[in-house]
Amino acid sequence: MLGKKAKSRMIYLMFFFLLAIVVIFLVFKSLRENVVYFFSPTEIYNKPSISLNKKIRVGGLVKLNSITKDNNSINFIITDLKNEIIVTYKGITPNLFSEGKGVIAEGKLKDKKYFIANKILAKHDENYMPPEVYEALENKN
Amino acid sequence: MFKNFFPSRLLALNNKVLNMLIIIMCLIILVGLIFALFLSPPDYVQGDTVRIMYVHVPSSFIALTSFAFVGIASILNLIFKIKIAPLLAKSIAPIGFIFSIISIATGSLWGKPTWGIWWVWDARLTSMLILVLFYLAYILTWKYIKNYERANKISSLIGIIGLLNLPLIKFSVDWWNTLHQPSSITLTSAPTIHYSMLIPLIIMFLGLLIYSLVIFIMRYKIELIKAKIKKNN
Repeated sequence: MLGKKAKSRMIYLMFFFLLAIVVIFLVFKSLRENVVYFFSPTEIYNKPSISLNKKIRVGGLVKLNSITKDNNSINFIITDLKNEIIVTYKGITPNLFSEGKGVIAEGKLKDKKYFIANKILAKHDENYMPPEVYEALENKN
Repeated sequence: MFKNFFPSRLLALNNKVLNMLIIIMCLIILVGLIFALFLSPPDYVQGDTVRIMYVHVPSSFIALTSFAFVGIASILNLIFKIKIAPLLAKSIAPIGFIFSIISIATGSLWGKPTWGIWWVWDARLTSMLILVLFYLAYILTWKYIKNYERANKISSLIGIIGLLNLPLIKFSVDWWNTLHQPSSITLTSAPTIHYSMLIPLIIMFLGLLIYSLVIFIMRYKIELIKAKIKKNN
C-alpha cells in the first residue's frame, strides 16, 4: 500500500509539520504578551518591569464585598486568590458584573496595586446550571 | 460503511434513504429547539441568554471537525493521491464554512449581553476567525482556479496548513488567558453543564450533525456526477 513515492511524500509532510509546529511555537513565544488577553493580579505582581502608561488588561474574580460606589465611580478588587489589585472605574458595568464572578478590566496601571480602568468586561465560567440547582448547592455548603 | 463513499454505491443510494434522513433531521431539530427555547431552564448566571448556546456550541464543533475532515482528505490527496479525496473535501468545506460563520455570529450575539462586548481579539475568537479565512481560501481556490490539478494542489496545501490552526482553536482557552471561557465538555472530566441543559444540547448536536450529513451527501453526489462527466469527455 505504501509505495516509494507515497512514502517520500509522507516523510516530507511530517517534516513540514514538525517545522511548522516549531515556527508557530517560536512565534507565539515572542508574541506572548499580545496573545494573552489579560494578566492576572499575580502576573502583574511578578512582572519585573511594567510601563505605567501602557494600556493593559487585568482579569480575575471580583473580590466578595469589595464593590464600593462613590460619586459616579465604582471601586472594587480583582483577586486571583493569591494576589489582589484595586480597580477604579467610571461608567456602566455589564449586566453580569458582580461580586464573586469573573471580570476583565482594561485600562492603565497607576502602580502595582492600583488600576484605573476605562472598560469593564464580565467573564463567565464554564459552569451551566438552573437557578434551583445553584441554590441547592449553596445551601449544602 | 465506508464502501458507501465509493462512487458506484453512493450514486445508487436511493433517494428514499436521503428523504428519510431529512425527515429524521427535521424532527430532531424541532425537538431540540423546543427544549432549547422553552422547556430547558435558564442559567443561574446568564438567565435566558444562555439559550444561544444550543446553536453556538454545535455550530462551533461542526466547524472544527469539518475542517479536520478537509485537512485529512487533503493529506490523503497529496500523499496517496486518492482520487475521491478532493471531492470529499469539496463537499464538506462549504458546510464547515457556514457553521464557522454561524459560530462567530451567534457568539457575538451571546457576547454582547453577557461579556458586554461584541468581539475581542482573544486567542479563541481570533483563531476561529482564522478558520473562517482558511475555509474561504479553500472554497475560493476551487472556484477561481480553472486548472483542476493546480486547484487541487493549492487547495490541499491550504487544507493541510489549516490543520495546524485546529489545536490552536481547541486549546486556546487552556493555553492562554482568554475572555472566552474554558470548555464545558471535555474528554477527560465530567461535563460542567447540568443535565437539564446538556440533554437539549446533545439533541441539537445530533440534529445539526444529521443536517451536515444530508448536505454532504447531496454535494458529494453532485461532485461524483461532475467527475464522471469530466471523465467521459
